[in-house]
Amino acid sequence: MLPVLLAHLVLALVAPALVGWMGRKAFWVLAAGPASAAVYALTQTGAVLDGRFPVEQASWVPGLSLALDFRLDTLSWLMLLVVGAVGALVLLYCSAYFSRDAGGLRRFAGVLVAFAGAMVGLVTADDLLLLFVFWELTTVFSYLLIGHYAARKPSRRAAMQAIVVTTAGGLAMLVGLVILGETAGTWRLSEVLADPPQGTAVTAAVICLLAGAATKSALVPTHFWLPAAMAAPTPVSAYLHAAAMVKAGVYLVARFAPAYADLPAWRVIVVVLGSATLLLGGYRALRQHDLKLVLAFGTVSQLGLLILLLGYGTQGAALAGLALLGAHAMFKAALFLVVGVVDAAAGTRDLRKLSGLARQMPLTATAGVLATASMIGLPPFAGYVGKEAALEAWSAEGDPLGPVMLVVVALGSALTVAYGLRFVWGAFGTKRAVPAPGKEAPAGSPQAPSSTPVQRQPLLLVAPALVLGAMGLVVALVPHVGEQLLAPHAALYPAGHAGHLTLWAGFTPALAITVLVLGAGVLLFWQRAHVERFQNALWSPLGADVVYRRWMRRLDDLAADVTGGTQRGSLPFYLGAILLALVAGPGVALAVGVFGSGTRLPVAADAAGRDDVFHVGPLAMVPFDRPAQLVVIVIVIVATVLAARARRRLKAVMLVGVAGYGMSVIFLLHGAPDLALTQVLSETVTLLVMVLVLRRLPPYFSDRPLAASRWVRLAIGVLVGLVMMLFVLAAPLARVATPISVDFPEEAVTWGGGHNVVNVALVDIRAWDTVGEISVLLVAATGVASLVFLRQRSGAVLRLAGRRDPGAAVAHADDAHAGRAPGGDVPAPPSGAVDPTAIRTVDPAPPRTGGARGGRGGTTTWIVAGPTLAPERRSVLFEVVTRILFHAMVVFALFLLFSGHNNPGGGFAAGLVVGIALTVRYLAGGRYELGEAAPVHPGLILGTGLFLSAGVGLAALLAGKQAIESFIIDLYLPVFGHVHLVTSLFFDLGVFLVVIGLVLDILRSLGAEIDHHAELEGAVK
Amino acid sequence: MIVLDTVPSAALALVVGVLFAGGVYLLLERSLTRVLLGFVLISNGGNLAILMAGGRAGAAPLVREGESQVPMSDPLVQAMILTAIVITLALTAFVLAMAYRSWQLNGHDEVQDDVEDRRIARLAARNAPSYSDADTAETGETLDEEAAEVHDDIEESLVVQETAAPREGRAEGTEGAEGTEARR
Repeated sequence: MLPVLLAHLVLALVAPALVGWMGRKAFWVLAAGPASAAVYALTQTGAVLDGRFPVEQASWVPGLSLALDFRLDTLSWLMLLVVGAVGALVLLYCSAYFSRDAGGLRRFAGVLVAFAGAMVGLVTADDLLLLFVFWELTTVFSYLLIGHYAARKPSRRAAMQAIVVTTAGGLAMLVGLVILGETAGTWRLSEVLADPPQGTAVTAAVICLLAGAATKSALVPTHFWLPAAMAAPTPVSAYLHAAAMVKAGVYLVARFAPAYADLPAWRVIVVVLGSATLLLGGYRALRQHDLKLVLAFGTVSQLGLLILLLGYGTQGAALAGLALLGAHAMFKAALFLVVGVVDAAAGTRDLRKLSGLARQMPLTATAGVLATASMIGLPPFAGYVGKEAALEAWSAEGDPLGPVMLVVVALGSALTVAYGLRFVWGAFGTKRAVPAPGKEAPAGSPQAPSSTPVQRQPLLLVAPALVLGAMGLVVALVPHVGEQLLAPHAALYPAGHAGHLTLWAGFTPALAITVLVLGAGVLLFWQRAHVERFQNALWSPLGADVVYRRWMRRLDDLAADVTGGTQRGSLPFYLGAILLALVAGPGVALAVGVFGSGTRLPVAADAAGRDDVFHVGPLAMVPFDRPAQLVVIVIVIVATVLAARARRRLKAVMLVGVAGYGMSVIFLLHGAPDLALTQVLSETVTLLVMVLVLRRLPPYFSDRPLAASRWVRLAIGVLVGLVMMLFVLAAPLARVATPISVDFPEEAVTWGGGHNVVNVALVDIRAWDTVGEISVLLVAATGVASLVFLRQRSGAVLRLAGRRDPGAAVAHADDAHAGRAPGGDVPAPPSGAVDPTAIRTVDPAPPRTGGARGGRGGTTTWIVAGPTLAPERRSVLFEVVTRILFHAMVVFALFLLFSGHNNPGGGFAAGLVVGIALTVRYLAGGRYELGEAAPVHPGLILGTGLFLSAGVGLAALLAGKQAIESFIIDLYLPVFGHVHLVTSLFFDLGVFLVVIGLVLDILRSLGAEIDHHAELEGAVK
Repeated sequence: MIVLDTVPSAALALVVGVLFAGGVYLLLERSLTRVLLGFVLISNGGNLAILMAGGRAGAAPLVREGESQVPMSDPLVQAMILTAIVITLALTAFVLAMAYRSWQLNGHDEVQDDVEDRRIARLAARNAPSYSDADTAETGETLDEEAAEVHDDIEESLVVQETAAPREGRAEGTEGAEGTEARR
């Protein structure tokens, strides 16, 4: 079975190319796929008959119990034969049906073959989950095929309707399959059915399975999707919606009925839904005018009958059901194909407009009549054999429900006879006086028999229908062969006596009923005008499709209400909701956990002897670790409170900075010099950058009248603060195991070759984390640059040599006020209305009087780009200090970098020191100074850094070690003496470069480029 | 030897609480600068919380010759905090760039309500659909009427009725001649 599936897969993949190359003749090749399935089934007939069911097994996803298990038993054999044979004939039909230039044929061919493959998998799968996978695949392909004419609204709507309904049922089915597999302890379908689990959960699971089957096989009340699906091309209707896909639900019922048909819930559902569908479909078919719709409602009706027979649970009914299943596939597919021929020949499917086709298209008419004879159960056709067996099964036994079933089936069959005759008459009959409104029959006497003009159609188009129609006759002539083939599956059913398939069983009650049914059907057809009038006059309940659409509309409304209620579009609202959830969820849980038990949290053995431990409720704590902490703590708290209250931007920034510097002291007192160093440096850069940006923003926060919301914000803040306090008091006491870091000091020296444990942790023990973190830095730096430069990664590197007018200064004293109204303190109108990138072409250096060269300090140049600044913005003192400090800072940074492995320092701190050195250069000399100090693109530095860090790791791989594992190399060099080199230094070098790149990007964007914007605005004004 | 005593310091816990309270108060503002400052305060509080999880204060985590009597503070949490500090710096710069861009475009750095979200909420309140979907609208057409308009891309598919008369003679041909597909 796997080779057959693979053949379908390959054909489906090459189908588009094949159709592109061969045109519609490609369908000849593609028909080989389904044909191979049918041939395979035929070759296995002997084995299946002997009960040696072929099995193929391969593992797929063992963790999910999803295996490629296939098994060909009697039921699968029948389904495979149906799917393969009808599929091959339909594909052949396609090669003549579609016009040569039909649109979307390549996709259509691929999807149709893929569908055939999914169907093959579905009927042979022996794994519960695999069955579901193929089930859903058929749903998806069916969606694509129904929606083939995506430009047409009915197609789209029908496709959407079909997939929503069948997927809903499919999901229910998945639930059922999972319950079944879990309860049974095996996911192999045959094993589950051999020893079916029982219980309430299993009953629920079985109901879920029936929900899946009911939606797939279009049982009431989800039957409405099937007639709408007739918007698909006719071959699709013939294959999916008559022979194959809608049979999937029937297959599922037939598969599980032997195990579960005796459940009362099963019996009730099957009998009620089956009967209702059988009658409703037949009734509705009587008033359709479109031939395809007549057949579609007929299919709905027949599916109800099949479910009824195969799900009823007796052997006789099951045998009849299997026979009808095969018969139905043959006659219904044939009928759809016939409709396609008629449509192609006459250009319409409206039975009111068709007339006299029997004379003009005798072969097509023959096929149609043969198939219809089988459908309405005329002897000696397959349909008759099946229906007769059904009537026999129900009339012979002492089943209390038997008579009811007989009545229902007889009624349904009478309706079938009526719509069958209506179909033949409608398609081929010669009608008198059928002047369709607006469309006049051929000129001449309107009372004379008219005939619709037709185009001759190729034999190839008629042949498949003819073959299928004839087969309905052939197989019926040897009913005992059919019985022999199908009986093994029927014998699995628990109840009833074995049935028989026969053409002549003598004068039985079943024969009487058949005659009665035929008579009633003919009567209904004869009185068709009255029946139609009666149906139109009768109050018709709301169509199921209308109910469905209204219900979907309600669902949309509900979704919109939920969205509208929760998505308010306000950032403070979202953040507040998240924070309140933090308080209400983890916060309350924490409080209950800590205070609820009333017992004290345990304290580590090391702390037991300390005399400063005191308890607050269950929590143990010490007042402070070191007395000096108290001073810093007061400073941090005061700064935080003042920062929260500040109305002036700069003041708030400064106070937050104070809190940050306080943090570094706390780190230092805690015994974390690396943190203290990094915090000081990073706080400095943060402050400088904030000031750089804030010089452009209004000095005050806009004063919004938010008095009421302020208290809400305060309340949320206090609540979150309390939760976090409780958290930091409880969490350290929750430790139960020895921390992993207890071995870090020893590991750092032995494996990392360094004495600074924190640095070794960063570049060696937890190096992968660091790689991730510097990647974040790179992304953030790129983001900053993109937000300011907008159209490019970052501007060109500004060099003195590249200036257009080297003598002119670029910065003006009034730069600082650019973007502000003359008043100074009032926020400016949106000067951003001028897109800075749009005016970049303006000469950035407007002419001014007096070059910098001639200005103050003319003879001595302390920093190279000093002359580019306006004299009033230069400070000799600052320039001198910069001149002295810059190189010293860079040397200090290198010292931190190289000594960081053993002493406080390392790549992060060193990078920040270089960053601060660059900031000093920029502040003293402007953006050209920055360009001279770091004449490289920051992206290059960032990339090199990341490459170095990650590349060192890969180099270790080449040496046969773990990624990022360190080497320790001890050398003796002539001049330097003993050199202790650890390869993780290169990793740290990468970190160093990334941090420099980050700061450089920030300076170039938030410093230099914002200067540039300010100048441009000044120039425009 | 690292610190294994985890009894927390009440003073540090108070700092964490205040940093979070002040940070959240600012975070819930509309001005991006204030949101950013709130974020910085919360980051500091978070770093301190991680530090406290590592146990109490100790010596600097530097391995020196000769076993020290004072246990060193937990190096693992320090490594985590160190990267967090630098990432906070990067994030600060990013939000600042956003604030600057917002000021460039709107003249202020305040976070406005999402207009689209408001529109959806308004429409939901009125029970009006938030988007038009003609496919789900009721047409009042029956399936029959719809089906009459739908035809496949059939070979030589023609609306025969319109040109019925001239074809009359030709259409009379029987199907015996079928089989020749090549009619073009």
